[in-house]
Amino acid sequence: MDFNDTSEEAGFREEAAAWLAENAPSDEAFRALSPLEQAKQWQKCKYDAGWACIGWAPEFGGRGASPIEEVIWRQEESRYDLPASFFLIGQGMIGPTLMAWASDEDKARYLPPLASGEEVWCQLFSEPAGGSDLAALRTRAERDGEDWVINGQKIWTSGAHYSDYGVIVVRTDPTVAKHKGLSYFYVDMKAPGVEIKPIKQLTGDSDFNEVYFTDVRVSDSQRLGEVGQGWQVSLTTLMNERAAIGSSFGQMDVSLALSVAQELEIDGHPALEDAAVRTKIANWYVQESGLKYTGYRSLTALSRGDLPGPENSIGKLVGAPKMQAMASYLMDLLGASGAIADEALATKAGIIQRAYMGAPGLRIAGGTDEIMANIIAERVLGLPQEPRLDKGIPFNEVPTG
Amino acid sequence: MNFEFSEEQQLLREQARGFLTEHCPTSVVRAVLDSDDDWDASLWKKVAEMGWTATVIPEAYGGLGLSYYELAILAEEMGRSAAPLPFSSSIYLASEAICYFGNERQKSEWLPKLASGECVATVAMAERPGRLVLDQLETRRTDSGITGHKVPVADASVADVAVVLTRSDQGLEACLVPLNQTGVSIAPVLTLDASRGHSAVTFDGASGQPLGDAPLDPADWERVIDGAAVLFAWEQLGVAESALIQARDYALQRFAFGRAIGSYQAIKHKLANAYVKNTLARSNAYYGVWALAEGSDELPLAAATARVAAIQASTYAAEENIQTHGGMGFTWEFDCQFYYRRAKLLSLAIGSEAVWQDRLVSALTEQTVAA
Repeated sequence: MDFNDTSEEAGFREEAAAWLAENAPSDEAFRALSPLEQAKQWQKCKYDAGWACIGWAPEFGGRGASPIEEVIWRQEESRYDLPASFFLIGQGMIGPTLMAWASDEDKARYLPPLASGEEVWCQLFSEPAGGSDLAALRTRAERDGEDWVINGQKIWTSGAHYSDYGVIVVRTDPTVAKHKGLSYFYVDMKAPGVEIKPIKQLTGDSDFNEVYFTDVRVSDSQRLGEVGQGWQVSLTTLMNERAAIGSSFGQMDVSLALSVAQELEIDGHPALEDAAVRTKIANWYVQESGLKYTGYRSLTALSRGDLPGPENSIGKLVGAPKMQAMASYLMDLLGASGAIADEALATKAGIIQRAYMGAPGLRIAGGTDEIMANIIAERVLGLPQEPRLDKGIPFNEVPTG
Repeated sequence: MNFEFSEEQQLLREQARGFLTEHCPTSVVRAVLDSDDDWDASLWKKVAEMGWTATVIPEAYGGLGLSYYELAILAEEMGRSAAPLPFSSSIYLASEAICYFGNERQKSEWLPKLASGECVATVAMAERPGRLVLDQLETRRTDSGITGHKVPVADASVADVAVVLTRSDQGLEACLVPLNQTGVSIAPVLTLDASRGHSAVTFDGASGQPLGDAPLDPADWERVIDGAAVLFAWEQLGVAESALIQARDYALQRFAFGRAIGSYQAIKHKLANAYVKNTLARSNAYYGVWALAEGSDELPLAAATARVAAIQASTYAAEENIQTHGGMGFTWEFDCQFYYRRAKLLSLAIGSEAVWQDRLVSALTEQTVAA
């Protein structure tokens, strides 16, 4: 075993690193732009040089790179402080869906500007009545000639306010069973009747939106998949979600915990000498190191041209609760001052407090801890699904709360 | 990135699994547990014929000179089958200590016999309850021989020789002590896991020579224990996997309230947790065997991480396997007990969880300073 690149990989890494060194912007004019403007400018720069969405086919703006090359590219790009998150959902989840389900004409029209960052896409799936039970969504689309008319509400939509297009799954037939009455469209986020309201989170930030649809007209040509096939199309999007939801848990790692435990004292001794503190740090390191080397095992599979095994499904389920537990414990060590979130006064500039406040969101987004555990139990261990009271019943007869 | 076993090594895994499935089904473990036997001698003979006992011993001493990657694979399969064999005592610990510290004569005398499986060796470390403290050992070596009491000593009743941790006027020593001599008395001790014999060993003027004819640097002894910890971790991982598979299979076939108990989230989440712990343990065990096989400076951290992860995974899986089985899991008749016993037994040998958590943080601090 070794951690080295193959010679082809090393060559690719060198090429990528050289291009980044030459082209990654760091000048003041660039830093003066808003994060979205920075992201768009950098994405276009990459696109023009053939370094955007490198795993995509050349006709869609990519360079047909292999999965391991995509990883190497991400590793090299992440050495620079460049904004990327604006395009994750569009390029990571929606691009592959368009490739699988859109007409050739639509692929040619929409994929290149998605790759170049000139058009931003969002995903309109969750609803107030459908989170973990996504297929319970109620937003309706009714046929009207060559058009469909959409009415309803979506929620938790990241980036809706700066998106040009969105993909939406809606109910087109409430008289059949839950999963069978859905259809999938793309919509113009600037169309009349689309109203976007930011959600203020408990952190005080607004990363998500509610999106209301009132008599929004979309052409039948904007449908992906057959009428009633919306669930299958949605699964294509969701299967790519892991790539899009960050597996990084920020700066909240064991090295931060070590540093806090070295600086603080318990009864006149560094907290790091305390047996209880050492136990905690050891357990977090086991998790952190376990995830790191699980990632290396997956990379090895990619490097060999194989599909990674199911082991990567544990990432968010381990990482998000760990982040919450670490932040909580480090604040405990700080005592009353652990409550200080003011960056100017807080130990470690408030990283710990921000992590604690952000962690509940990470434990929910993209599949709650409980749903992730169900997925592991069902898809990896092969345990049966729980009986479902709404199975086979027309959607409009399913009990609701 | 090449963080995976080679194809030849994967093939070895398949062979080992096939061999142990055939020759060490749980009925073999049960037979030892139900009898006064301390091991399955005929299984040991077969395992030795396969060359497993010779894996990492150098060719110059009758071994195969293979790498720790191969030995880790065998260790996992030993754990998976809960084999009633002194593999960890003789191979991960005693042979390694002799290789590491022994002089030419000691290595030539013992390693070929340990490689062929004709002899079995063990190590005698613990003397009393609590953590092992190397500079407080009471077993002494003087001109009139070795005197002291070691308990529990794994596999002593089936071993020909023991590496005994002692102190002399010069300091810490690891003495090579043939067990079949008048100065050594061995009394059986019942432990959690009677499918592996344990003993109290009393040395009363026993003859034995220090390995390498010299005192040990305690740090070097810890290096050998680090190596053993990686191999123990692989064996524990095998135990953890068997326990999870047994729980999963039972959850699929056992019905309550009209459906398989595996369809209840209470069971699913328990088993998903076990899968998560096993996956963390496996990836950390990869890190451990990489550091051991490549002679990396990261071995202390990698070994401690692998060991803590394996202790946590194996005890959780074994405990929750019984819980998933309900009352039947608590019976002598069911096999759940084998993994429960073995997981805890292996977790207590060579330092328990808190010891390794402590070592992990020390190694982490040192590595951070060095970097």
